[in-house]
Amino acid sequence: MKALELKNVEKSFKKRRGEVVRALDSVSLAVRKGEVVGILGPNGSGKSTLVRVVSTLVVPDAGSVEVFGVDAVKHPKTVQRSMNRVSVEASFFKKLSAMENLLYGAKLYGVTSAEARPRIAEILENIGFASKRAREPMEHLSRGMQQKVALARALLTSPILMLLDEPTTGLDPRSKRDVQAFIRRIREEHDSSILLCTHDMDEAEELCDRVGIMMDGKVLALEGPEELKRRYAGGSNGRAPTMEDAFMAATGYSVEEASAEKE
Amino acid sequence: MNNVLKPRWLVEMVAVWGYVQRNYFLTKRYFMWEIVWLVYITANAMAITFIGAGVEGVSGTKIDTAYLMTFLMVGALIWSYLSVLFDVLSETVSWERWEGTIEYTFMSPASRVTHLLGMGLYAVIYGIAQIAIMFGVVTLFFDLDLSDANYWGALLVLAVCSISLVGFGIVAAVLPLLSPEKGQQVSYIVSSLLLLVSGVYYPVDVLPGWMQAIATVSPVTYALEGSRAALLQGASAAELWSTIWPLLIMGAVFVPLGLWVFHVGESYAKRTGKLKRSG
Repeated sequence: MKALELKNVEKSFKKRRGEVVRALDSVSLAVRKGEVVGILGPNGSGKSTLVRVVSTLVVPDAGSVEVFGVDAVKHPKTVQRSMNRVSVEASFFKKLSAMENLLYGAKLYGVTSAEARPRIAEILENIGFASKRAREPMEHLSRGMQQKVALARALLTSPILMLLDEPTTGLDPRSKRDVQAFIRRIREEHDSSILLCTHDMDEAEELCDRVGIMMDGKVLALEGPEELKRRYAGGSNGRAPTMEDAFMAATGYSVEEASAEKE
Repeated sequence: MNNVLKPRWLVEMVAVWGYVQRNYFLTKRYFMWEIVWLVYITANAMAITFIGAGVEGVSGTKIDTAYLMTFLMVGALIWSYLSVLFDVLSETVSWERWEGTIEYTFMSPASRVTHLLGMGLYAVIYGIAQIAIMFGVVTLFFDLDLSDANYWGALLVLAVCSISLVGFGIVAAVLPLLSPEKGQQVSYIVSSLLLLVSGVYYPVDVLPGWMQAIATVSPVTYALEGSRAALLQGASAAELWSTIWPLLIMGAVFVPLGLWVFHVGESYAKRTGKLKRSG
């Protein structure tokens, strides 16, 4: 069974002046059980809308979204129980401590404090998060630490599908490495399938089994990183092709150029 | 840890407690602001009660000052409680949006009924704590006429009114879902209209006819009428029935109506992509 399957998903938004923005243009993709699929794309390519559609926050105009065979549009509550999400914004109550936010997050999924506390201690210890700091307000923590807490919050509910929407964007290099190591550990130790949206080429290549390139709401390609590089950037002047080469060959832009184009 | 094994009702009850506990944590974190707000509304209630003390001197007419002061104080306290209920519920969405947690909360499997029930329950607990402190402070300063008071009767009226006002608040909560800024502005206007037409500081019959017509659909009108009858005249539960039955009907209408309206608003927000954080 596929962990996630999207077939011909369409989503457009109306802007104030009547302009229609096509955020998802006939998107089809699948994530197999235990697989990490990355979606690589510049800002405004539709990655976040894709994650919002899967996480039931946005209803698609057309197409189907299934999570472990359950229709996410018709049965959102069933689907929500099996997944969790980490987004680019940490989405916490800033005045509350990490512990208070984690206890709240756990309860929304029916996990009591008594059940959650030992698990929180274990997860925080695994990611090298000092338990003393778990009592500090979130606003006192660095962005890197906040993202670690966000990943811990997602893990706490034992999701079988994890949606990671640019979890390392805006982090300093060390925090980025820590968060990526944590994602790697989730992949190795937990039976989770992961959809990772990013515009970081190295991150997509290192963490994902397959990588899709997204541009203007379309998924242009979805293959293993090596196949992707071979197919799109086979002849790169004698040097080994990179994901950047593959992205440029597939879209005609670098990520930075494509993001600037959108702005 | 696997919550799939828990019965659905238990999962939802854990989530209700989650909302109550989260709001308690937030109240603790904003403790100084809570104190400041409590001082402000207590001072406000006292200032309004002092109006009663000054009327005889200003008008030169003999009046029952203690009765008038008690009338005003009851209005100030009851309004304080009911407006907390309305505000907490109506700000459910805008608060989450401001904190940046709206997407996380709305993608969780806890049902919307659970969400709003948790918010309503916290509002009731918070409102009761607030009104108890205010009442304690105000009685230290004034010689109020509560010799005939039927406190249980007043509590009964407030309990029934709480249900209908939670429903009223849920209807208002949908507004920021449809339009983030304008929606919240409209809910503040609704709150001020409730204050104006419901007879908080004066009998409803002094209002123009069209305002009296609006007052008939405000649960606050009946709550004030019932509470005053219980506290000032010692009305029994049977005598309070005339204010209780309209509140029961309003509760039976507003709660399901609020939940339905919220469901429709949430579906609209999910179709149009409005269910996201601001700032």
